[in-house]
Amino acid sequence: MQIYLPIAEVAVNAFTLIGLGGIVGLMSGMFGVGGGFLITPLLFFIGIPPAIAVATGANQVVASSVSGVLGHVKRRTVDFRMGTVLLIGGLIGSALGVAVFNLLQRLGQVELVVQISYVVMLGVVGSMMLVESLRALSRTRRGGRTTRRAHGWIHALPFKMKFRTSGLYLSVIPPLVVGLLVGVLSAMMGVGGGFIMVPAMIYLLGMPTKVVIGTSLFQITFVTAFTTLMHAISYNTVDVMLAVLLIVGGVTGAQIGTYLGARLRAEQLRILLALVVLAVCVKLAMDLFLTPDDLYSLTPGIV
Amino acid sequence: MRALILCLAVMLGQGALAQDAPPSSSQPPAPAQATPRQEAIPGPAAPAPANPADTVPPIMSFPSPVTPRGMPEAPRPEAPEQVVAGMSSDAVSITTSFDGSEILLYGAVKRETPIPASSLLQVIATVEGPSRSVTIRKKERRLGIWVNAESVVVGAAPSFYAVATTAPLRLILDPDEDARFRISIPTAMRAFARPVDVENPVDFTEAMIEMRMAEGSYRLDDGAVTLVDDTLFRADFRLPANLVEGTYKTRIFLVREGRIIDSYSAPLEVRKVGLERWLYRLAFDQPLIYGLMSLLLAAVAGWGASAAFRALQRE
Repeated sequence: MQIYLPIAEVAVNAFTLIGLGGIVGLMSGMFGVGGGFLITPLLFFIGIPPAIAVATGANQVVASSVSGVLGHVKRRTVDFRMGTVLLIGGLIGSALGVAVFNLLQRLGQVELVVQISYVVMLGVVGSMMLVESLRALSRTRRGGRTTRRAHGWIHALPFKMKFRTSGLYLSVIPPLVVGLLVGVLSAMMGVGGGFIMVPAMIYLLGMPTKVVIGTSLFQITFVTAFTTLMHAISYNTVDVMLAVLLIVGGVTGAQIGTYLGARLRAEQLRILLALVVLAVCVKLAMDLFLTPDDLYSLTPGIV
Repeated sequence: MRALILCLAVMLGQGALAQDAPPSSSQPPAPAQATPRQEAIPGPAAPAPANPADTVPPIMSFPSPVTPRGMPEAPRPEAPEQVVAGMSSDAVSITTSFDGSEILLYGAVKRETPIPASSLLQVIATVEGPSRSVTIRKKERRLGIWVNAESVVVGAAPSFYAVATTAPLRLILDPDEDARFRISIPTAMRAFARPVDVENPVDFTEAMIEMRMAEGSYRLDDGAVTLVDDTLFRADFRLPANLVEGTYKTRIFLVREGRIIDSYSAPLEVRKVGLERWLYRLAFDQPLIYGLMSLLLAAVAGWGASAAFRALQRE
């Protein structure tokens, strides 16, 4: 069934979009990632103009995150205090990211910088997670106890705060910085940033995995809502018809994902997420290094 | 490259002249003249001469700048063969389930004298979408990585362009007539929007035409016009699903011995209607409300799915 999208000005198959939303929603519920890093390239692939793909992708992430975070609230796996601190950092970072984006655009090559930073970031995060969770898995197999890492320098920082749900007594500076970095990425790459935030919360802040996902979704919901609104106001690039179709698939997928996530072991979840992150990284790296099918590309407008 | 710019300048001058031509008496006056023939934005590389007489001496075999141009050798009103044409509909509505559309251009050749037997009559029909500027980029390998290097900006390229003919276009039409009336696909492109600093800009525009042809936005259908008894003709066009809103231009040309002997032009309105139109207007007129609506929709959908799933699990 073909549907004409009013803002994107292209006709696409409605079921393709619902399916696409479903897959991304599934990941969102399972891993606490918004799925922006998957949905945006997938939308490019089916012929949606990039600017519209980025903005509408953010809108879809809002829906699947709301759906996911509500599931986590019921299960009491959201650290609201930590989420708020991350969110403050995120909103500041998002504003900073827009400024950096504009600067890069003036210099040209914004596309390249975004692509390279994706590859580097996903590669580092993915392999770190994979190694760590494999080690943790073999440790539990041997029956040994998982020892929590000591975070010497992080605990030495001032402005300490109690995060009861996470069972942490920690300075607010590291979560603020993590939120800020994620905000910058969100504005520049059109992603929620969960795939960076989840590992940072686990390995840098030492939060328990179960709490991490709900908290990350909480922060993502608000940061992507802010991003969507900014895009809609300044560039008119949110296609609500496209968003609705993605959302229908996305929210369903997110619920199934949350259900599955609760059934899997934390280490298994981490291995799966690491593999997904590495797969996207390899795909993007290949685009950079292999000879493209078409040397030429068309962009509407004068750039 | 110099030659190319010169060529463009000449084409711009010619186009302006074509507009000045007195309308044929048989043409329906309003629609044909309502659409301006030239909406070219001359880039700095190809400034349109203010006075057509100043036109650089042409490279191709153009008629002398002194002779009144824009009309064929014979004055229009006495043209022995004139085109009378119509369209299956003069508007296309884009609805939510819009999946492309068919448009039929049909007509007849009106003549007072017997059919000339000395040459073959050919018919060319075109449909052209609103023009938009396009940046064409070329990737290059730098330090092992493929990056966007050189770029060329085309000031105005039609978003859709289809040509249908009775016989292969390059056999039936003179190149200078083509350049003058902008019929073949490459000539439908307008000036470069900024000074071209690449060695071979034609490679870029060719790559663009190839890509657009591959996705169906540009089409050349040799032999798609059927001509019966040198009098009645019809051309079917299939408009793709990814149509851009705006005023499209349809044109019909009668051709003998490579020369255009008469032409017809009429606008075709492509408009979004209903929900499409409402959403589009809201997005551009009230972006804040539109953005908040999108967010609300997302939040409600998320909450709804969450509630529904919980209810499902409880059972």
